[in-house]
Amino acid sequence: MVSSRSPSVLMFGWEFPPFNSGGLGVACEGLSKALSASGVDLTFVLPLKVPISASWCKFVFASEASEFVDETQITKLFSGYENINISASEAKKYGLPGSISGSLMQRVQAYALKAGSIAKQNKHSIIHAHDWLTYLAGIAAKKVSGQPLVVHVHATEFDRSGSDNVNKEIFNIELEGFRQADKIVTVSGWTKKKVVEKYGIPPEKVKVVYNGIDFKENSSSIEDNLKALKRDGNKIVLFVGRITLQKGPDYFVAMAEKVLAHEPKTYFVVSGSGDMEEKMIRSVAKKGLSSRFIFCGFLRGQELDRVYKAADIFVMPSVSEPFGLVPLEAMISDVPVLVSKESGVSEIISSALKSHFWDIDDMADKVVSVLRHQKLQGYLSKNGKEEVKAIHWKKAADSLISVYNSLDNAFSMFLLPSSPAFEGAKVSHL
Amino acid sequence: MRKYRIFDVGQNSSYFNDESGTNFDNKAIINKVANKCYLPANAVLLENIKTHPDFKVSFSISGTALEQFEKTAPEVIDSFKALVDTGNVEILSETYYHSLSSIYNKEEFNRQVLLHRKKIRELFGVTPTIFRNTELIYSNEIAKMAEEMGYRGILAEGADHILGWRSPAFVYKPTGTNNIKLLLKHYRLSDDIAFRFSQRSWTGWPLTAPKFANWVSSHNGAGETINLFMDYETFGEHQWEDTGIFDFLKHLPDEILRNPDNNFATPSEVIDRYEVKSDLDVPNYISWADTERDLSAWLSNDLQKEAIKAVYALGEDIVHIDDLELLEDWRKLQTSDHFYYMCTKFWNDGDVHKYFSPYESPYEAFIAYMNVIQDMRLRLEAAKKKQEHNVQLHRVKPLRFSDF
Repeated sequence: MVSSRSPSVLMFGWEFPPFNSGGLGVACEGLSKALSASGVDLTFVLPLKVPISASWCKFVFASEASEFVDETQITKLFSGYENINISASEAKKYGLPGSISGSLMQRVQAYALKAGSIAKQNKHSIIHAHDWLTYLAGIAAKKVSGQPLVVHVHATEFDRSGSDNVNKEIFNIELEGFRQADKIVTVSGWTKKKVVEKYGIPPEKVKVVYNGIDFKENSSSIEDNLKALKRDGNKIVLFVGRITLQKGPDYFVAMAEKVLAHEPKTYFVVSGSGDMEEKMIRSVAKKGLSSRFIFCGFLRGQELDRVYKAADIFVMPSVSEPFGLVPLEAMISDVPVLVSKESGVSEIISSALKSHFWDIDDMADKVVSVLRHQKLQGYLSKNGKEEVKAIHWKKAADSLISVYNSLDNAFSMFLLPSSPAFEGAKVSHL
Repeated sequence: MRKYRIFDVGQNSSYFNDESGTNFDNKAIINKVANKCYLPANAVLLENIKTHPDFKVSFSISGTALEQFEKTAPEVIDSFKALVDTGNVEILSETYYHSLSSIYNKEEFNRQVLLHRKKIRELFGVTPTIFRNTELIYSNEIAKMAEEMGYRGILAEGADHILGWRSPAFVYKPTGTNNIKLLLKHYRLSDDIAFRFSQRSWTGWPLTAPKFANWVSSHNGAGETINLFMDYETFGEHQWEDTGIFDFLKHLPDEILRNPDNNFATPSEVIDRYEVKSDLDVPNYISWADTERDLSAWLSNDLQKEAIKAVYALGEDIVHIDDLELLEDWRKLQTSDHFYYMCTKFWNDGDVHKYFSPYESPYEAFIAYMNVIQDMRLRLEAAKKKQEHNVQLHRVKPLRFSDF
């Protein structure tokens, strides 16, 4: 299929930094930036008008409401993780149009209603939609322009809510997105497996494109309180992430109890917030470990960097983690990581420790070993950092271009025969 | 060694037992390799000797392997006995525990070689006169140690970087020795069988006995001995039966002997028959492992160095303690494989290290090993206290310094 049109992408997102509540926005930023840097003509669509400073591509907003003042409100509003109902009066208060008030589901549908006219107004040869929040918009755009649709799975409903609590409505939207898509991209083999097994999608329709990370040296100084603890010979075990079922906070606590039995001079630092926060704090208290836990709430930016600097090991006991960017941040900060095997990121890092999230003994064994053996800690820290350098967005963008190219070979102009993506296009993951 | 966890330390000291049926289950592994490799391969060799009374072969089997066979598959020992009884089979010496003691602890090295010698005498009624070190690790120094122990010959890898323009097809003399000769493995011809036999992308594939015999014969006039040395599990385990490896082995003597200039010889026969061609100077350690042919498979990263330092540090006290179980466990911990599993050189590429390792990563190997070392430290402390106590009680109780 030779296309005479110039290759261009219409990308539907839901959130974008700094107005993001999770990894979805970070991934959209990284991908759009790297795709643009590779020369791909890209239009990025967001549901609401926000003051985006990103200069690498054109932004289009489905709703041209006036700009917001309150950042946290916007962030919450965008969150695909929390189902927030916005009353009409609230919407008015924040200067939002009536159409975006209501439940998350209503906002998702409102977004889709606008997608058709956006597709008409913006030239494109590929439509690319990120996560279920934008699938309906992507499908609507495809109906209008007839261009191929790529849906990008950053998480499935099974990851977000556990197998027993699946929201049927969301599941159906996901399924519809997968069926209507011409190609499905997942952020890991772990997620691909879910898409294939839980949604009955043929594996050859699904391509794995791992996320990347911007390698920025962490030159922050170590957080003062933690520094004082370390000066007294204490070790720091770090948890960073939303405190929700998906992230396995209860396994972290159970592991901490076992670690403390062997390494009593250890502190467990928890950064993040979420619906299981209270339960986690209560369970720590019940086990009598309160004096060994430090809950510091949701941290980002330099605050978080300073905490990374204090950590002796980072643990991500996620029950189901489609990708998992946070361990890579820890590795950049010279921190050894232990990640659950139920995570996408575990597929692409080798200078890291891995356990099943439920294998508390194995996790505790590994954490104690890192705390005890400086050589092991040093080895993982040094080689882990090196390893992350090769996990960049350029690589992800190259793989995406080869996915686009399989649908519209005008994209071949961005594929140099010598580029890693060209090789990557030949190798099928999983 | 099983996945020994921090919770096991001080609680139980069974490091090597695992009945999980996984790659940690020694019994299951022994049964598997006995049936896939040792028994069928030994049967072919015995048959070869019967049909060709001039066919010769020699084995180097660690004490650890012999022990495992005795315990789990004694019929393997019997089949080796039958081979040795033909008189065509020579058994070589090595360290009992397949250890790296030649590099770290000379006294311990001597003891392990003597233990192995004793074991071979007990099982096969012969006393080896040729030495081959763990993984063909070799240097001038190691040759000297073997010479001092009375060996007439020693084996080493015919590595290009030590031979230069010279050929591995002659007998050499290790620099700095007088009474020991050096035989070099012909690695190209050996690896043609061990590594490349079933590799379809290799130009030599398929490798047949006549083809291989031709290659061997082509050295006539330019060499005196072709020393083929390989992992015995090449036959049936690394190269599975369906590759035709046993047929190859069966027809090899026939084809080799078709050329009247060829014959088979054991290492001691080669040493008796041929004069030394020249001195060979190997000041730095070489081995047969990986492409580097050095020690990096066991001793390249910090984890490996830390682990080996820890185990030999224990030795300073352990040999003076009257606790045979502790001593035996310590020696089992010296087996080179433990350090091989911690190698990170090729881990990403899914290389041979990964193929042979029962662990999911080099870090798991290190963690389990260091947990065991911690338990050993506790046991050693307890044994020391007990011994001091006994000495105080009796004053005169003699200490045992070794177990042979």
